[in-house]
Amino acid sequence: MSSSFNPESMINSVVSNMPPSGIRRFFDIAAEMKDCISLGVGEPDFVTPWHIRDKGIYSLEKGHTHYTSNSGLKELRIEISKYMERRFDLKYDPLTQSVVTVGGSEAIDLFLRAVLNPGDEVLVCEPSFVCYKPLVQLAGGVPIAIETKAENDFRLTPDELRTAITPKTRVLVLPYPNNPTGAIMTRADLEGIAEVLRNTNIMVLSDEIYAELTYTDERHVSIAELDGMYERTVIVSGFSKSYAMTGWRLGYALGHPSIIKAMTKVHQYAIMSAPTTAQYAAIEALRNGDADISAMREDYNYRRQVIVGGFNAIGLDCFEPKGAFYCFPCIKSSGMDSNTFCETLLHSKKLAVVPGNAFGESGEGFIRCSYAYSIKNINEALNRVEAFMREIRK
Amino acid sequence: MANTLKSKILDILHKDCRISNEEIAKMIGSTTEEVAALIAELESDGVILGYGAKVNWDKAYGPDSVTAYIELRVTPMESLGFDRIAERIYQYPEVKSINLMSGSYDFGITIEGSNIREISSFISEHLATMNSVVGTATHFVLKRYKFDGVVCDLPENDDREVISL
Repeated sequence: MSSSFNPESMINSVVSNMPPSGIRRFFDIAAEMKDCISLGVGEPDFVTPWHIRDKGIYSLEKGHTHYTSNSGLKELRIEISKYMERRFDLKYDPLTQSVVTVGGSEAIDLFLRAVLNPGDEVLVCEPSFVCYKPLVQLAGGVPIAIETKAENDFRLTPDELRTAITPKTRVLVLPYPNNPTGAIMTRADLEGIAEVLRNTNIMVLSDEIYAELTYTDERHVSIAELDGMYERTVIVSGFSKSYAMTGWRLGYALGHPSIIKAMTKVHQYAIMSAPTTAQYAAIEALRNGDADISAMREDYNYRRQVIVGGFNAIGLDCFEPKGAFYCFPCIKSSGMDSNTFCETLLHSKKLAVVPGNAFGESGEGFIRCSYAYSIKNINEALNRVEAFMREIRK
Repeated sequence: MANTLKSKILDILHKDCRISNEEIAKMIGSTTEEVAALIAELESDGVILGYGAKVNWDKAYGPDSVTAYIELRVTPMESLGFDRIAERIYQYPEVKSINLMSGSYDFGITIEGSNIREISSFISEHLATMNSVVGTATHFVLKRYKFDGVVCDLPENDDREVISL
């Protein structure tokens, strides 16, 4: 081995400066711990409904083992368009306004790479899923966090948005229903945001991967439905959360033909096409999966009410999360910061939850607890938290 | 009753009848008192007929019991309609279920016994000899995979990572 060659020095500076996910160490401890129970998982506990799996298997039996077109199977894109119109009253031309991707994450990456020039600023609502900032940086952009507040139920307010906008602002990332807080934005909330954006050139990346998991009488509303927002919004969604299909790795993006065309260019060079088996399964999901979504949503809703009531009863204030499958209780009354709370809880009670600051500075003082678990598991976890808090308060 | 509190309670109890009223109240955002009252109504209306564990008997006692499915063809007479025939049959404790069927036979009956001889003698002594019965076909259960919505094998372990973001 040549001693002059230093692999470490070869790493791209953006990548080497990326936070090494300090939380990784904590994850590893949790993974190794025996009898550890967890509320730490960001994916459904349900298995993909059988009829969907069956169609994936059938596609293999039929020998559909080749690439699809870069944008994805036409049949699937037609079903995606039908679905958007059926559920959200949004029209997208299947051939020019959609691209099928490897999970929602790839769609986010494609969008940022397709639209950002060096130095462009991207506003990212936080707390939020961890991928936005690093992907903005890899695309040459500058991520600017907007810290949403607990007192606003972690919704983005027009004032917060207005204050963050500069002449360099190019994109707003709007991640609702939100991971990790469970916050949603109603039509009225979004109207305030749209009002700020209408006279700008700012685009919206609306990450709606949890759109099917809301627990209010009104369905999820996309900002793309609002006046003047359709053309500037790219919706990212996928099959992972709504149909319990995380492992299939399938998502999509919808938007203006020019933007989708640019995204598809990047996609064709980087990925070629999304997994074929998953695309066939997804057609079945969209055609015959509405009842599965309802059944899973109902189950999540039971668990949501148990876990939120449980945390509030323990004295860890938890605002009512109306979307996704997370609650975000405040742990400031413990006198600990999020990391210390989670590490101490893990060691003393063998319960894994995720520190809120893993999702941005404004998550400090909170923990993310997933309720994609059986009621039995949730109750056992609540018992452990209660015992933990009793010891702390003594 | 779609999606009312009652239907939610039925759904929850059907999956786990040992769950407490308090727990159900938390799940559906109701009160313990209201849940108790609704369950009392469901019971008195005959919607809820009983509460029992779903037992995998093969696992409890080994393959010592035999289950048979019997197709029964009858000629209902004016004095003895389908309901009267069914009522006579379901009196026997060996009969675990009986349904009036469409298609090539009239009743589908599930019978449990401790061995094949016991079941055959039950059929020949009690069923085949009944006045209106014109024929039986008996099928023995070889292995149970799923009943009443429950798979007999233990569920697979949760294969998700302990934490994912």
